[in-house]
Parts: sequence; C-alpha cells; structure tokens
Amino acid sequence: MAEIKFEEALKKLEKIVEDLEKGDFSLDEALKKYQEGLELSRLCSQRLESAKKKIDLLVKNKKGEFELKPLDESKIEE
Amino acid sequence: MPKAPPDLFTQNTSLKDNRHIYTVSELTQNIKLVLENTFAQVWVEGEVSGIGRIQTGTTFLSLKDSNSLLKCVIFPSNLNAVKFEIKDGLKVICFGRVSVYEKTGQYQLYIEKIEPKGIGSLQLALEQLKEKLEKEGLFAVEHKKPMPYLPSRIGVVTSLTGAAIKDILKVLDRRFKDVNIIINPVRVQGEGAKEDIAQAIQDFNRLNQQVGMEAQIDVLIVGRGGGSIEDLWAFNEEIVARAIYNSRIPIISAVGHERDWTIADLVADLRAPTPSVAAELVIPKKEDVSHELDGFIGGLRKGLQDLVLSLDETMDDLIHRLSLNAGHIWELNRTQCVSATKKLTLLNPAALIPQYKTRMLDLAKQIYVRMDHLFKLKNSQFFGLIEKLSSLNPLNILARGYSVTFKMPEGKIIKEAKSIKTGDTIKTRVYKGDIFSKVTEVS
Repeated sequence: MAEIKFEEALKKLEKIVEDLEKGDFSLDEALKKYQEGLELSRLCSQRLESAKKKIDLLVKNKKGEFELKPLDESKIEE
Repeated sequence: MPKAPPDLFTQNTSLKDNRHIYTVSELTQNIKLVLENTFAQVWVEGEVSGIGRIQTGTTFLSLKDSNSLLKCVIFPSNLNAVKFEIKDGLKVICFGRVSVYEKTGQYQLYIEKIEPKGIGSLQLALEQLKEKLEKEGLFAVEHKKPMPYLPSRIGVVTSLTGAAIKDILKVLDRRFKDVNIIINPVRVQGEGAKEDIAQAIQDFNRLNQQVGMEAQIDVLIVGRGGGSIEDLWAFNEEIVARAIYNSRIPIISAVGHERDWTIADLVADLRAPTPSVAAELVIPKKEDVSHELDGFIGGLRKGLQDLVLSLDETMDDLIHRLSLNAGHIWELNRTQCVSATKKLTLLNPAALIPQYKTRMLDLAKQIYVRMDHLFKLKNSQFFGLIEKLSSLNPLNILARGYSVTFKMPEGKIIKEAKSIKTGDTIKTRVYKGDIFSKVTEVS
C-alpha cells in the first residue's frame, strides 16, 4: 500500500467512491470499502503535503557517476 | 625495284626542333590547370544519378540533364554540412571547381556545396528524415507512453541559459511548487547540441536504473525556446529522435513556438507547443488535485451515508412489510379459524339431535299411520273372515235343522253308514245339544 503510485491511489479512490455511490454493497462490504477509501485518501493527501520543492542539476563526476547538485536559481536569471 | 616507302618520320625531321611533345602527365596537368583556372568556382544544376560511396567516405555521383552528364565528387569534409540525403533523381544545384582526376584523365566537378533545387536544404532533410522515421514507426501512436498523473520528479533537458528553463520553472512553481525538478543542462543549438540532447535523455534513463523506486524520474521535458529553423535544428536530428524513441521515461517535447513542429515533437509521447505549456501539461495544479481529492473524500462519506440511509429505509420498509404481513397472516388465520369453528359447529353431532328427533317423529308418525292402516286393514279382513267363518260354522247348519253324527268314542264324524256296526254308540249333535244313541240296525 505504501508503494502505490499517487495516480493509482487516486484512481482506486475514485473507483471506490463510484462503487459506493452505486450502493450495491452489504454494509460490511461498504464499511470495508469506506475504510480502504479513507486510507487511500490519507496516502494521497500525504503525498500532496510531503512534497518539498527541490531543483537539482544532474551532473557526472570524474568517474562518470551521476550526482545531483542543488541548482542555484539565481544563476538562471539573466 | 620498288620505291622505298616514304619515311614518315624523316619527312618531319625539319620540324623536330620546333615541336613540343607532352608526356601524358604534362598534358593532363596542363588541361587540369586550364580547367581549374577557368572553372574554379562554378554553379551547376542537374539531376543526381549513379550515386555511390567508397570506404573513405568520398561520394561519387553524376549530374545529368537531357543531353550531357558530368562526373562529380564530394569529399567527406564537404558532405558533413549536407543535411539532406542525396539521392538519385534529385534535382540539385552544386557549387565547386572543375578539375581532372589524373589517373583516369577524367574531368569532374568537385562539389563543395549542394542544395536541393526548388526547396530549402533543411526542409528537404526534414522531409527525408521524417519519411524514414515514419516508416520505421517512430511516430506510431501505439508507442506513445502515457503521462503520469502526478509526477514526483520531473527531468528537464534544456539549456540553463535562455527563456525555456525560466518559463518551465516559473510555471511549475505556480502550479505545484513542491515538485522535485532535475535539470540536465545541454547545448540546444550549434555544435554538439544534438549529441548533448540525446545523451541527456539517455542519462536520465540510466539514472532511473541506478536509483530506487522513490527516486525515479517520472517524466522528461525536452526542449528549448523559440528561434530560427537552424536554431531549432538539433531537435530535427535523427540521433535526438532515436533517443526520445528509446527513452523508457515518457517525454514531453517543448521546442520553440506553437508553429514550430520538429521531429522531436513527432516522436515525443506528448508535444507541448512551448516550454511553458510543457510545464502545464506535465503536472496538474496542486489545488486542483487537492480539490479533486476533497471531492472524493466527500463522495466517500456521502456514499457511505447514502448507503446507510438507504439501508435504514430498506429496514424500515421491511419492518413495515413484516408487520403488515404479520397482521395479514393473523387476519387470514383468524378467518380460517372462524370458518373452521363454524364448520366444526355445523359438524357437532349434538346439532344433529333435533334433526334426528324430527326424523324420528316423522318416522314414528309414519309408523303410526302405517300401523293404523294395517290394523284397519287386518281388522276388516278379520271381520270378513269371521263373517265367512260364521257362515261356515256347522252349528249354523245345525240351526237350520241339520245334524252331525260322530262315532263314539272316537268322535269321528260318520259320513258312511258302513263305517259303523250295530251296537256302536253314536252321538248326534243337533242345533242345541247332543243325542247319544245305540245303533240297532245298519242299512
């Protein structure tokens, strides 16, 4: 569940909402779905909130290995 | 003696000192000089035919028109600048010098520049490459990768100088300021640009293989700001097209302005008309996503609520129907019970008593009537018989004066005289009383 992609989670959530709206469930099933939906929405919200602004440059060091170096945005401004 | 044949050589001996005899090389050299001096810089147009290339990279071809044919050579150094593919049948305008290839004594045009006739060189190159890649399926819709809905990391292949990167960062900051951006800076025009761009795309793909799931780059923006067709040319190069095609990371192309369509745009999974638009396409607005998510959460709550409400209603309905049915069943049972009781009452033997009584009385009455009748009948018969009997009573005959005689002591009625003998006692019954006699004579 933790590895699920945001859009998958969102799609699943949407499906659950649709399913619930159709209402072809027993109460037990519906509660299960609801719980699953809440969990998914929590994941999505978390994903939305946990992102941090970060701009890196991809550079290769002398050994040819990749390194990420934070970008000094002022360098871009002319 | 025949006349000796004329000595052709001696005839000219007088000229011997004046004449100049070239060696082949000398003459060829001279011709070469003449040609090179005369045709050092010429433009010539014609149709390409018989094109071929040798291992060193030198290209041979002929230019022809309806009457003549001109042998031509292009050295690799001059070929590098040619963007389009030189093909047989192509009408071209060439610039170069005419010279002689001494070994074969062949004069030929050494082409320095070659342009397609009637259409720009770059344009033709573009058309040719487009056709080729199209055939190979590089533009095929089936190959286009879907865009991630909400990328965590966005890779950007562009120059750090210029409008494109500024526009992209600005728009991304506005839409979803928290996103992680990784820039692989490249030259986007001039020498080395196409190699830089292709390499940068490959680097991002390699990086993705080296890092874990949590650090994957989800999408690439490859592009640059506006410029002349020559400025944008790197994005029309085959090497760039192939790098885009081979990328496992979905790519949004963002080259120049709306009107600029490059081959990179055709191969990319999604084409953005400008870098700014690419930044808009690559990620949704954070507030839109939040809003959507809120909507879903609301929908989730409402869905459950509605379900509970509807279950509640269903339950009410069921209870209602249950009670209704119970009442109905009760009523039904009651009716049945009453009806059964009624039937039972009707079937009660006690209820039959009056009936039997009536019947009995009826029968008794009948018996009585019949008995009376019978009695009367028998009575009348009896009286009839009595009357008859009385009419038959011998006493009644006796009354009329007749008598009857019995032999005694047996008391047997005497009907014949011979049944008695003299001396027997007989009794004669008369109407009133009996007479005993002794027989004196029998006749």
